[in-house]
Amino acid sequence: MRTAERPATREAFAEALAAAAEAGTPVRFTGAGTKAGWAGPPPEDAIELSTLGLARVVEHNAGDLTAVLEAGVSLRDAQAEFAEAGQMLAIDPPGDSATIGGLVASGDSGPLRSRYGGVRDLVVGMRVALSDGSVARSGGKVIKNVAGYDLAKLFAGSFGSLGAILEVAVRLHPLPPMTATTVGSSSDPDELGRGAIAAGRAQLEHHGLDVRWSGGRGAVLVRFAGTRPVPQAEAARAVLADAGLDAEVAEDDREIWDAQRADQRGPLTIKVSGLPTRVPAALRAVDAAGGSLVGRAALGLWWIAIEEPAPETVDSLRSALAPSPCVVLDRPAGGDTEAWSPLDPGAVELMRRVKRGFDPAGICNAGAFGSLL
Amino acid sequence: MTEGAPARDLGPLAERFRGVVGAEHVITHEQQLATYESDGLLQYAVTPGMVVLPANAAETAGVVRACHDTGTPWVARGAGSGLSGGALPVEDGVLIALTRMRSIREIDLDNGRVLVEPGVTNIAVSQAVGPTHFYPPDPSSQIVCTIGGNVAENSGGAHCFKYGFTTNYVTGLELVLADGSQVTLGGPELDHPGLDLIGAFVGSEGTLGIATGIWLRVVPKPESVRTLVAFFGSTVQAGEVVSEIVSGGIVPGAIEMMDNLSIRAAEGSTNAGYPTDAGAALVVELDGSEAECAARFEQVVEICEGAGADSVRVAKDDAERELIWRARKAAFAAMGRIAPNYYVQDSVIPRTRLAEVLGRIEELAGEHELQVANVFHAGDGNLHPLVCYDGGRPGEAERAEELAGQIVQVCVDAGGSITGEHGVGVDKKRYMPSMFDEPDLSAFQRLRCAFDPEQRANPGKVMPTPRLCGEVPGPYRRHPLEQAGVAERF
Repeated sequence: MRTAERPATREAFAEALAAAAEAGTPVRFTGAGTKAGWAGPPPEDAIELSTLGLARVVEHNAGDLTAVLEAGVSLRDAQAEFAEAGQMLAIDPPGDSATIGGLVASGDSGPLRSRYGGVRDLVVGMRVALSDGSVARSGGKVIKNVAGYDLAKLFAGSFGSLGAILEVAVRLHPLPPMTATTVGSSSDPDELGRGAIAAGRAQLEHHGLDVRWSGGRGAVLVRFAGTRPVPQAEAARAVLADAGLDAEVAEDDREIWDAQRADQRGPLTIKVSGLPTRVPAALRAVDAAGGSLVGRAALGLWWIAIEEPAPETVDSLRSALAPSPCVVLDRPAGGDTEAWSPLDPGAVELMRRVKRGFDPAGICNAGAFGSLL
Repeated sequence: MTEGAPARDLGPLAERFRGVVGAEHVITHEQQLATYESDGLLQYAVTPGMVVLPANAAETAGVVRACHDTGTPWVARGAGSGLSGGALPVEDGVLIALTRMRSIREIDLDNGRVLVEPGVTNIAVSQAVGPTHFYPPDPSSQIVCTIGGNVAENSGGAHCFKYGFTTNYVTGLELVLADGSQVTLGGPELDHPGLDLIGAFVGSEGTLGIATGIWLRVVPKPESVRTLVAFFGSTVQAGEVVSEIVSGGIVPGAIEMMDNLSIRAAEGSTNAGYPTDAGAALVVELDGSEAECAARFEQVVEICEGAGADSVRVAKDDAERELIWRARKAAFAAMGRIAPNYYVQDSVIPRTRLAEVLGRIEELAGEHELQVANVFHAGDGNLHPLVCYDGGRPGEAERAEELAGQIVQVCVDAGGSITGEHGVGVDKKRYMPSMFDEPDLSAFQRLRCAFDPEQRANPGKVMPTPRLCGEVPGPYRRHPLEQAGVAERF
């Protein structure tokens, strides 16, 4: 890829993008580069446009629990500022060096998603640069707003394929005062599956509901937050014990959850869009592939990490996990693995039309969706 | 009919529809058509050319394809309870009523998912998954409004501050697009690969197609619910309490405010026991686990009392809770006691600007010699100023509309939105330029044109002025004034 440009204003960013469009040069938008391997590789003649020159926290409206952030702000810096007011952006992917723009474009998430939703659910407004050089805004900075199309949701998770995310407005939440976690362990995939469903169906207002599995043993994790987390965790212990799990309550639970986040990465990582009832089959497939799994039990989102992948690992996992769609995230260099599960052809055609509508020049993160779009 | 345009002959189309849905489901009789001339916003009325009621996705696709083949515009409609004229018919166009599609096709509580047809009412979803689960978005019309309509409008409700909106619960959509083709986006699983077209479709106000099947997440009911109503001398005082509650880290299930005028109107029709001399009533509901809820509720009571509440009434049982809510829910309908007509606004402001905005609304009301009642979702700053007027008095309706427009502008200037949950429809499209500039509207149009290049789905809604899906525009050039630094685009 050719030299990086790092425009310092959004107008300059839009101009650089328009100039590339005019020249027909493909562009790859970059931030901190923490997920550079996730999307398909850029064409060889692509130029790099970095958001790191746009790194201001534009607004932090503590009283309104909202903020407006430029794309190049790192998640770590943003969280540090929010924490001073006892607040957080409720997105906790592994590591915090990613930029907000990259986080939103990739739709990455962590255990907090079970309670607060994903990036798409927390972004309330967005400003983007399109390949014709225009800068367009959608949504706003209030948490409730239905004026105009919700383009922020369209751009969240779009891997920059429609245009560059320059600025996002987000909803914030109060930092929980205390937490406690119930860990229900088992070496039986069916038992863990039953535990996950029981916890998901119980009247527990959890702050996180995860599953993990590695080397033939795993656990269901239920986290509670607030002023009285322990009584709630005790109630969860009873639920998990009823499902046959070996359950105990941990009051110091930070490491447990840090591990959940860290294990969303590996030499080969596959994100699976499953369902709670498919947990046991997924755990068996993971064993067969020699990998490990972490994920959101009630949402059915799992990350499978494989330490030493074989050439056929992705394909065999994909067929074992069907009909759950899979997306390859991290992968060893040099492989030609297909990253995306196939989609309804009608949906693909519609996505292509949307892509053409926003990026008629076809230069924005060309190749990011591989053969999918 | 637009002047000069010839009337469209819908006869042959009616014949084709009869073949698709059966003769009894094609309405062409003028009197019957009149039933569909308005939605919940009665200020607007247009008699559709024809009404057709498909029974399933295949019939819906057949109807839309026939419209596509003949170049006929169409509008989809659910219960017609919307408050922005979003389901207002097009003259000489087809109204596609989805109320026959009322089956709940799948209920899967282990996975917390349901698959419903668009004509299923909002309340029916919660009833179908009860008593253990519920469907959180709860617009106040939930007894009649349909999920298809909720998807079109991205409906919220009193509990959306904590639980979110329709868009946070839709995981999959089966669509009929404007050319009559059928497409599936997502499914019961979250995060299907590719672009999040579901996020773009929800809230698109019927302009991108028709959802014939909708996958929704449903969640377990909270273990405990506690409700109180506190009365204060003024809305400013009550507003400060809202800020204190929220900044104290409490996320109430619902937090609703009424001003004196709405209290008087509601009390007159419900006898819920609200003191009619109170400046403001604040309904606070907490839900969640028993232990957490009890501790937090105590905190809320302390905050209310500490802030000088005149009285705090805590619901001791379901009947008392229902009574507290009755006054809040009756507020709109009870406005007839204040004035023969009212104009509902749906603006949103950052919560911290409440005192300032309410003060400005009061000033504007005085200038226009009209009364404005305020009922609002206080947690998320969604105001519903009700501009009261008497349509029988010459000039008063116009004055009310002018006042309403100024109130919208005040809210936008405070950093808010023209609509929090009712949608733009026809009613608020004239306000869109106060919130969005040309490049923003043009970006909206790109989405619209990708889905429906001929713009036959619900034409004339959302966008302030009609525009074509034209040629691809050339590269954007900065205006000379922008280049010289004289003007900024934002």
